[in-house]
Amino acid sequence: MNFTLHIWRQKNAQSKGDFHTYQVDDIDSDTSFLEMLDQLNEQLIGKDEDCVVFDYDCREGICGACSLVINGHPHGEKKATTTCQLYMREYANQNELWIEPFRADSFPVIKDVLTNRDAFDRIIQAGGYVSTNTGSAPDANSQLVRKPDADAAFDAATCIGCGACVAVCPNASASLFVSAKIAHLDHLPQGKVQSDTRATNMVRQMELEGFGSCSNHRHCESVCPQEISIANITTMNRLL
Amino acid sequence: MSKLNSNAPTGDIDKRWEKHLFELSLIAPQNRGKYNIIVIGTGLAGASLCATLGESGYNVQSFCFNDSPRRAHSIAAQGGINASKNYQNDGDSTQRLFYDTMKGGDFRARESNVYRLAQLSGNIIDQAVSQGVPFAREYSGYLANRSFGGAQVSRTFYARGQTGQQLLLGAYSAMSKEVASGKVKHQSRSEMLEIILVDGKARGIVVRDLVSGEITAHTADCVVMCTGGYSNAFYLSTNAKGCNTSATWRAYKKGAFYANPSFTQIHPTCIPPTGENQSKLTLMSESLRNDGRIWAPKKIQDCGKDPREIAEEDRDYFLERMYPAFANLVPRDVASRAVKSICDEGRGIGTEIHGEKLGVYLDFSSIIEHIGEDKVREKYGNLFDMYERISGENPYQLPMKIYPAPHYTMGGLWVDYNLMTTIDGLFAAGEANYSEHGANRLGASALMQGLADGYFIAPRTVANYLAKNKLEPVGLDHPDVVKAMDDVKDRINKLMNAPEPKNSPDYYHKKVGRILWAACGMSREQESLKAAIEEIKALQIDFWQHVKVTGIDKDMNQTLERAGRVADFIELGHLMCRDALEREESCGCHARLEYLESDGEAKRDDENFAYVAAWEYSEEGAILNKEQLDFEFVKPSVRDYT
Repeated sequence: MNFTLHIWRQKNAQSKGDFHTYQVDDIDSDTSFLEMLDQLNEQLIGKDEDCVVFDYDCREGICGACSLVINGHPHGEKKATTTCQLYMREYANQNELWIEPFRADSFPVIKDVLTNRDAFDRIIQAGGYVSTNTGSAPDANSQLVRKPDADAAFDAATCIGCGACVAVCPNASASLFVSAKIAHLDHLPQGKVQSDTRATNMVRQMELEGFGSCSNHRHCESVCPQEISIANITTMNRLL
Repeated sequence: MSKLNSNAPTGDIDKRWEKHLFELSLIAPQNRGKYNIIVIGTGLAGASLCATLGESGYNVQSFCFNDSPRRAHSIAAQGGINASKNYQNDGDSTQRLFYDTMKGGDFRARESNVYRLAQLSGNIIDQAVSQGVPFAREYSGYLANRSFGGAQVSRTFYARGQTGQQLLLGAYSAMSKEVASGKVKHQSRSEMLEIILVDGKARGIVVRDLVSGEITAHTADCVVMCTGGYSNAFYLSTNAKGCNTSATWRAYKKGAFYANPSFTQIHPTCIPPTGENQSKLTLMSESLRNDGRIWAPKKIQDCGKDPREIAEEDRDYFLERMYPAFANLVPRDVASRAVKSICDEGRGIGTEIHGEKLGVYLDFSSIIEHIGEDKVREKYGNLFDMYERISGENPYQLPMKIYPAPHYTMGGLWVDYNLMTTIDGLFAAGEANYSEHGANRLGASALMQGLADGYFIAPRTVANYLAKNKLEPVGLDHPDVVKAMDDVKDRINKLMNAPEPKNSPDYYHKKVGRILWAACGMSREQESLKAAIEEIKALQIDFWQHVKVTGIDKDMNQTLERAGRVADFIELGHLMCRDALEREESCGCHARLEYLESDGEAKRDDENFAYVAAWEYSEEGAILNKEQLDFEFVKPSVRDYT
C-alpha cells in the first residue's frame, strides 16, 4: 500500500506550524499506523532530516500515550480504538492521510504532533484519589461491594487519560475525563466518602486549566477508545 | 570470600521480616522532612514508593521518561495479582505461595525474600481495595479470584483483563495525592542518564529533559531505581517501546552488580509476528489459559487448513497430553518450550516468516459452548477485542493464534534483603531488581512484587539507611556532580557525531535483538552463545562508528533517546550471553540444550549452580561474583508439572 501523508510539523510551542507532505510506499496491510510512521522516520533519517516526533509507548492501547488526529478524527475513525491499535488495512480506501496533533489550548503543542497533557495530571492531583495511607487498610473483604457497583466503577476507571475527548469537543471540555474518575470512585464505598469535595476540586481545576464546559455534544463518548459513557458526566453534575 | 552479603535475617522463616522490621532504625516523624530521596521510574514500584515515602513525611523527587506516571508499562499487565488470602478455601497459605514461587522459579531465588513477599501479598490487596481499585467481585459482594499458571489454587485477584492498569492508577492516584501535598516533586519527560556517587555512596542523578534537551543534576540523600525490566533488548517483546535498561546499566557501570541477566522470561501466549517491520509483540493474558485450550494439528499437512475443519481426533492438545495434572496451566517456561518444540517439528500454524510458521492455537470453543459467549465476554472481553483489532480475526469464532515472546526479566540489579544494591544508598525495586522470581516468574506475581517493594519494603529499608548514615549535603558544584554532568554531555556528543553516520538506532536495535533471540532466547547452547558474544562485540564497534542521529540534541529528539538506549542494550546483550554461557545447567527459563532431559525438561545442577550470578563491571570484562543460595525451608526438587 502507498500513502501520501500530510503531517503537522511545528518546531516548538512558540513557533507556527504547518503541514508537510511525505510519501511512504510498500506498506504492508498488517502494519500498524505508528509502525507506518516509524518507517517514515527511517526514511527521514536516511535523508538527514529531523524525525517526526509523536507520543507512543505501550502500542497495545492501554497506556494512553498515543494521540494524533487522523483525517479529522482523534485516534482515527475506527470505534473504540487508539491510534496505536489502528492497522493500515483500515485505510485500504484512503491513500491520503492528514495527521495532526490533538488540538486544545490546554494541550499546547510541544513539537510536531506531540502535545503537553500535564493538565490531566494536575486535575487528578486536585482530588482524583482516596485519602488512604499505606498500611491503614482493613481486610479487603471487610467492606462488600455490590457487583453492579463494582462493574460500573470499573467501566469508568478504565479511562486511559489520552485526551481524545478534549480534542474532539467543540468546547475543549475535559468533562468526560474528569467525570470518569469522579464516577469511578463514587461507585465504591471507599471513594464515596470524599465524593462531594472531590468533584468540586477536580472541576475547579479543570476550569483553571482552561478546559471548557460540557454542552452535550456527546462527541467525546463516540471517540473514546475505552467507550466511557457520558452518563458519568451526569454523576459528576449531581455531585457538584 | 564473596563481596555479597544478603543481609537476610536468620531464624524461623515466618518471623524473619518481623524481626528485621524491629531491628531497622527509624526516623521520628518530625525529622523526616530533613531527608531527600530520589525515585527514578514511577510504575507500580516507583509510584507506590513515592506515595508511601511522601505520606511518611520525606521529601521525594521523582522522574519518569513518559509524559505522565500513569503511562508506565505496569499499566499493560493484564491477568492479575496473586495473594495468599485463601478466600476460596482451597488450601492456600503464605507457605504455599512461598513454595509455589520458589518452585516456579526453579529454586534460584533467596528464601527469605520470597517468604516475605508471600507474607505481604494479602496486605497489597487490602491497600489497593482501600484506594478504590475496582477488582472483580462475585454477586455476594466479595472479591472474586481466578487460577493462574503454576498454581493449583485460585489466588489471583483481577480487574477484567486490566489489572495492571487499575493497580497502577491506584498507585498513581496515591502518588498524586502526595504531589498535591508538596511532599513529592515529580518531573515527567525526564530521562536519568547517570548516577552520581560521592564517597562511594549514591547521592544523585543526571537527567536529560526530553523536551528541551537540557542536562541537569539532582542530589539527595539516597536514590531508588524503579526503572523496570529489559525485555526490549530482544527488540521485539511485549514491553512498551520506551522500556529500557539505561538507568540500571548506568548503575552497573558505576559499581552496582547485575544479577542473572540471562534469566529472561518468554511468555507463551503472545500474538505471533506477521512481518519484518513489526515494532512490538502483544501479549494475550495468561489468564486465557484457564479457559482456552492450546493445540496444534497432529498432521503437518493440516497446518494450512481452516482450524474449524480439523477434526477433534486430528488435534493435539499437547499441554494436556504432556502435563495431565497442570495441563494448560503449566508455568510459562514449560509452556513456551512445548510450543517451540511443536513448531520446530513443523506443526506450527499462521504466517510463514523465513520459512517457518510460528504459532499454535488457543481455542475457546469448548468454554463458549460450556458457559456461553456472554460469560466469556464478561471475563475476557477486552482481550478478545484487542486480539481482533490486531489480527483482524474474531476469537469467538476462530481460535487465537499464539507464539511465545520476551515478556519479563527476572534478572536485574543485585539487591540484598533491604533492596539495596552493591552501591551504598542505591536501592532497586520492582522488575529493576533481580529479586524473588528466581529463574522463572509465575503469572500474576510481577504486580505483587512491584507493590510489595514499593508500599511495604523499600519505605522501611530506605529509612533505616538514612537513619544509620550521616550524610552531608552535596552541592551542584561538587566535583563529582560536575564530572557526572560532563560524562553525560560527552556521551551525547558521541551519539550525535559518529565518525561515519550511516544507520539509524533502530537498525542496530533490530540487529542486537535478532542475535539475542537466536542465541539467548528460548534455548541456548555453548557454541551459539560464544558466536553471539563475538557478533555483539562487532556490533558495538559498528554502532559507535556508524550510528546516525538526525536533528539536534538541545531539542526534543526521540532518535537520540533511542540511540542512547540501544547503546546500552548492546552492552547488556553481551552480558546476557556471558551469563547464559557461564551457567552450565538448565533451570526455569534458562534452557541450555546441553542440559535438558530427553523429554525437554530442564536439568538443574544444584551442586554447582545454586547461586545468584552477580556481575561486577570492570573495564577488562565483567567479573562473576556468586551469592550461594541456601535452602533451609524448601527442598529443591525436580519441577514436575505432570
